[in-house]
Amino acid sequence: MLSIKNLHVKLEEEDKQILKGVDLQINAGEVHAIMGPNGSGKSTLSYVLSGKDGYEVTQGEAALEGADLLEMEPEERAAAGLFLAFQYPVEIPGVGNMTFLRTAVNAQRKARGEAEMSASDFLKAVRARAKELKIDAEMLKRPVNVGFSGGEKKRNEIMQMAMLEPKMCILDETDSGLDVDAMKLVAEGVNALRSEGRGFLVITHYQRLLDHIKPDVVHIMADGRIVKTGGPELALEVENNGYGDILAEVA
Amino acid sequence: MAEPAANISVLDGRLSRLERPTGGWSDAARADALSRLRATGLPDRRDEYWKYTRPDTLTQADPVPAALFDNDEGPIFGDMARIQIVFVDGVFDADASDDLVGEGLIIERLAETQADIHWARDLYGKLEASGQSPVARPLAALNTAFAPDGVLIHVTGKVSKPVSLQYHHRSETSDAMLHHVIRLDEGAELTVLENGPAAARFNKVMEVDVADGAVFHHVRAQGRDHERRAATHIFARLGTESTFKSFTLTANGVMTRNECVIELTGNDAIAHVAGACVGDGDFHHDDTVFITHDAVGCESRQVFKKVLRNGATGVFQGKILVKKDAQKTDGYQISQSLLLDDDSQFLAKPELEIYADDVACSHGSTSGAIDEDALFYLRSRGVPEASATDLLTLAFLAEAVDEIENETLREEINERLAAWLERHRG
Ligand SMILES: Nc1ncnc2c1ncn2[C@@H]1O[C@H](COP(=O)(O)OP(=O)(O)O)[C@@H](O)[C@H]1O
Ligand SMILES: [Mg+2]
Repeated sequence: MLSIKNLHVKLEEEDKQILKGVDLQINAGEVHAIMGPNGSGKSTLSYVLSGKDGYEVTQGEAALEGADLLEMEPEERAAAGLFLAFQYPVEIPGVGNMTFLRTAVNAQRKARGEAEMSASDFLKAVRARAKELKIDAEMLKRPVNVGFSGGEKKRNEIMQMAMLEPKMCILDETDSGLDVDAMKLVAEGVNALRSEGRGFLVITHYQRLLDHIKPDVVHIMADGRIVKTGGPELALEVENNGYGDILAEVA
Repeated sequence: MAEPAANISVLDGRLSRLERPTGGWSDAARADALSRLRATGLPDRRDEYWKYTRPDTLTQADPVPAALFDNDEGPIFGDMARIQIVFVDGVFDADASDDLVGEGLIIERLAETQADIHWARDLYGKLEASGQSPVARPLAALNTAFAPDGVLIHVTGKVSKPVSLQYHHRSETSDAMLHHVIRLDEGAELTVLENGPAAARFNKVMEVDVADGAVFHHVRAQGRDHERRAATHIFARLGTESTFKSFTLTANGVMTRNECVIELTGNDAIAHVAGACVGDGDFHHDDTVFITHDAVGCESRQVFKKVLRNGATGVFQGKILVKKDAQKTDGYQISQSLLLDDDSQFLAKPELEIYADDVACSHGSTSGAIDEDALFYLRSRGVPEASATDLLTLAFLAEAVDEIENETLREEINERLAAWLERHRG
């Protein structure tokens, strides 16, 4: 599904290398987790994969189902099936949440040569997703993320993901700032989407999200590299001992 | 202060092309306006009030010719039931116009009311004259003195059908001047729509007297002609608990100066003035607003948004003057520009002058580019860059467009803006 090889990334404006050779292979149906200290490059990886400006790939490659992601515009990556749930979802005053969602759904369909979703089908689908995530009608009417609490923003990300039905979902610290109930909702939302045809990359600091979204593989990232890969037990190790031991061991 | 000689000769040049209508009830007002105009002269580049906008092409003897524009869009407001009044290059077109009758209002033409007594005598040039202080507005005085035509609307009831003034531009060298007077009696209601480029050069004054409890709505679209020039003035006086709301859409136009002068003279009156303008290239648009709070508990809002690209220029001069006894004034003013490239510019002079102590006034002016984070967010969800930019641009304009209360009109304005953005992409 997602194949990253020897990815090196620096900031466009500065001579600062952030990713220093990332290798990652996620197959359809798998859930991978990335954990790692602050500043290790996790968000950068998610941004580079989704096409944000300001980064320069100096070496390596990234492909989604064999197609070179790095050659595509952000909207093309989305239409190809990549989705990023942002660590910090962006507020867009003046653009209604519904207008935004519908524009996005139909833009992706158009890009893939599919028919647009009818207004009534769209409404039905949004209402169902919103209900599952306990997003009330009032929130749907408001401008995108404006006046949303931290937890509401994160649930809104998951709702977008559910509506867009991507193939490869990247969740960047979707659990941070959530209370236990909100985290359960988010995890249920993600689990509902787990399927054989879909891959997940879950970036998190905490084991607790992984109690709800059970990963197949756990990676530890430090200083722009994946320094250790293992099973779910690796997350428990981090939870109990912090990163110190692991980093010392690989140093 | 003596007027510089050059300025006088500009005035003489301008006057040499005009003929003052004489006889009838407007005579005294016209004579008065002319003598006021002679005292001030026409604005020139040294005039502080014209610091950001060069008045030359608006004041010179002859208009700069303006190519006719083939507008392939259907006429705006075309699907609404309305009373249509059509002017072609400033000349009334009886065939294209509806009968000037309607329930709850009396409509007449300025050119056709010659008697010595007329209700408009108490207003024509009066609100304009009052709006000349503390800042002179010579182009409006010129208009009062010389406007050959316009409409006089006396509203006695709640009128449901809007009066729609349509201004066609069919001659490349037309120089049009119209002067409208609208009087709303106590509790009366009227919506006035205006649309079209009007002429190569257009000088228009609209005086609106809104009596106690009356409601006046105004929505205007200034056409799509690129080369047309316009200097327009609205002078409004608001009585107790009356409402005045005006919105202007300006898309294209090499030179536009829209002045709006409002006096809140009755308690608890409401005045909203808003504008959305979009300009690409050879485009200069100036909104100059002056709102005087002279009564207790009044609310005023100014919401102006400009989208500029390829060297377009936007100007905003807006003032809220709160007089000593205008307690509990609620004044809001925002002027913002969205610059779609580095070549365009926005010049703003927001002013507050407050003499009362119990008031809430706020104002803000900003100039910025498209929010890159928002753009990326939209694109990451699959929205192509061009439509994402359009969506954010419409969102930027929304605060101004949302000032239009009527949903049909609001949507029509939004559609025009969306279509314009689609035609003027990167
Ligand atoms: N646009 C940027 N400008 C400056 N520094 C950046 C930028 N993006 C990332 N960085 C730096 O790169 C490093 C990795 O950041 P990030 O990817 O956000 O880490 P993580 O998500 O693992 O906490 C940090 O040192 C951060 O300050
Ligand atoms: Mg991060």
